[in-house]
Amino acid sequence: MNHPKCDQCDRPAVVHEVTLKNGAKTEIHLCQEHAQEAGVSMPTHQPINTLLTQFVISHSSRTKVKSKSSKACSGCGMTFARFRQTGALGCPDCYDAFEAHLTPLIERAQNGATQHRGKTPNRAGASVDRQLLITQLVKELDQAVGAEQYERAAQLRDRLHELNPGVAGPNPVPEQGQGGPSNS
Amino acid sequence: MKFSTPGPWLSDDGPETDVVMSCRIRLARNIAGFPFVGRANDAQRREILKVAQQVVLSTPLADGMFWVDLSQSSTRDRQLLMERHLISRHLAEADFPRAVAVSGDETLSIMVNEEDHLRLQVLGPGLDLDRLMVRINEVDDAIESKLDFAFSQRWGYLTACPTNVGAGIRLSVMMHLPGLKLTGEIDRVRRAAKDLHLAVRGYYGEGSESAGDFYQVSNQITLGCSEQDLLAEFRDRILPEIIKYEQHARQMLVERNSTLLDDRIHRAVGILRTARLLGAEEAMKLLSRVRLGVRLRRLPGIELRTINHLLLQIQTAHLQKAVGASLNPDQRREARATLVREALA
Repeated sequence: MNHPKCDQCDRPAVVHEVTLKNGAKTEIHLCQEHAQEAGVSMPTHQPINTLLTQFVISHSSRTKVKSKSSKACSGCGMTFARFRQTGALGCPDCYDAFEAHLTPLIERAQNGATQHRGKTPNRAGASVDRQLLITQLVKELDQAVGAEQYERAAQLRDRLHELNPGVAGPNPVPEQGQGGPSNS
Repeated sequence: MKFSTPGPWLSDDGPETDVVMSCRIRLARNIAGFPFVGRANDAQRREILKVAQQVVLSTPLADGMFWVDLSQSSTRDRQLLMERHLISRHLAEADFPRAVAVSGDETLSIMVNEEDHLRLQVLGPGLDLDRLMVRINEVDDAIESKLDFAFSQRWGYLTACPTNVGAGIRLSVMMHLPGLKLTGEIDRVRRAAKDLHLAVRGYYGEGSESAGDFYQVSNQITLGCSEQDLLAEFRDRILPEIIKYEQHARQMLVERNSTLLDDRIHRAVGILRTARLLGAEEAMKLLSRVRLGVRLRRLPGIELRTINHLLLQIQTAHLQKAVGASLNPDQRREARATLVREALA
């Protein structure tokens, strides 16, 4: 799968678009200028390993939006509707349970803020360390993929999966030899 | 509790006491693994109390601290604590297991089972927020060394009300703004405060009207900034502006309308020195004027300390304690007038 040249000129192709439609595959390979001309959406210029790493780390339950107001918090049974009545949440887990609905509310109440930037409890050290470790592993995974050390990358991915079960399971790291365009 | 002398925050020693009478920092914290207070059942609330008591009394904080089980205290004692700003009305009037730990000098109070499991609070005279910040962090760290707070990387310290989430910190000052009241600019300041994300409340805090010309000003934003940034903003950008406006208003009164000013001040002294019946609201109003007179040095012979103490002593529970009996409203009016006359003689 090697198309180094642009379809329309001799320059190296940087945009590769593979479309699968009704079982038929079409490929386009364009240099920067011709891609822009053609209006083909440019990838956000991410290096290939970032794409792969992100694929590995692909999100977990956070992407599932809980849409029903009547859904109850598993920690305390509070519903979002009830919170709206009383103004008080039921337990710390409510922040996760109602994240989708709470976030815009908090944003409004807190002048646009949605991320804590203040003090951290010292004992949350345990969870902070975990977070730091996860960040570190992601970095190493990124480096391993970049260096095409796919076995090591697989090991790191498995460790990450242990630490953060929300992470996608085995598979996403591509087989060796396929250094070509990502279809993600 | 003895309640013999009012806390040091009533003294006249703090910085900027012309306009800023006292300051306070409060942190809201919840213990991990429990529902928030409003959702917890009595057994859980008792458990939270037990944990809190064990923790507080096992740290160096315990030195000189009183633990007050509020479900065992009398209504009057709870009111006394409230009048001294050591507990909130919310905590005083609740009817489930709750408590407060108070330092001997009444500069630190730790409320248990208020809206959040723990509300840590430090008080001081004048404008002294930096020192209070150091102190409250020590208290926070001491407690946290013994138990886990409900906390998330994203939202920070998790609180019952999302308006407190993040740093869970409330910085507030009690301001005396008679100048702005007299020049009619106070409403403009209140409106500006809203734009600056400040809460402006009366002397008795949440849900109270401004008695006299005293206003409690506090930050409303608790998420997205570090505690130090919030403090810096409050201390360096917001407060100096309000203080400046008040001082300017006072100056204008002195320069352009000293007769009006003196009339207001001296009438106030006159009534306070001679009335036989005095309601709490009227007393606050008049004491506020006298306080202005004292700060502007137009009332030699009256000390600021006297006025500050009177502001506390005229309040219901304190009055009854001084007299040593329960009083009905008419008796209170009479007792208050007597108390004030004697103090200002």
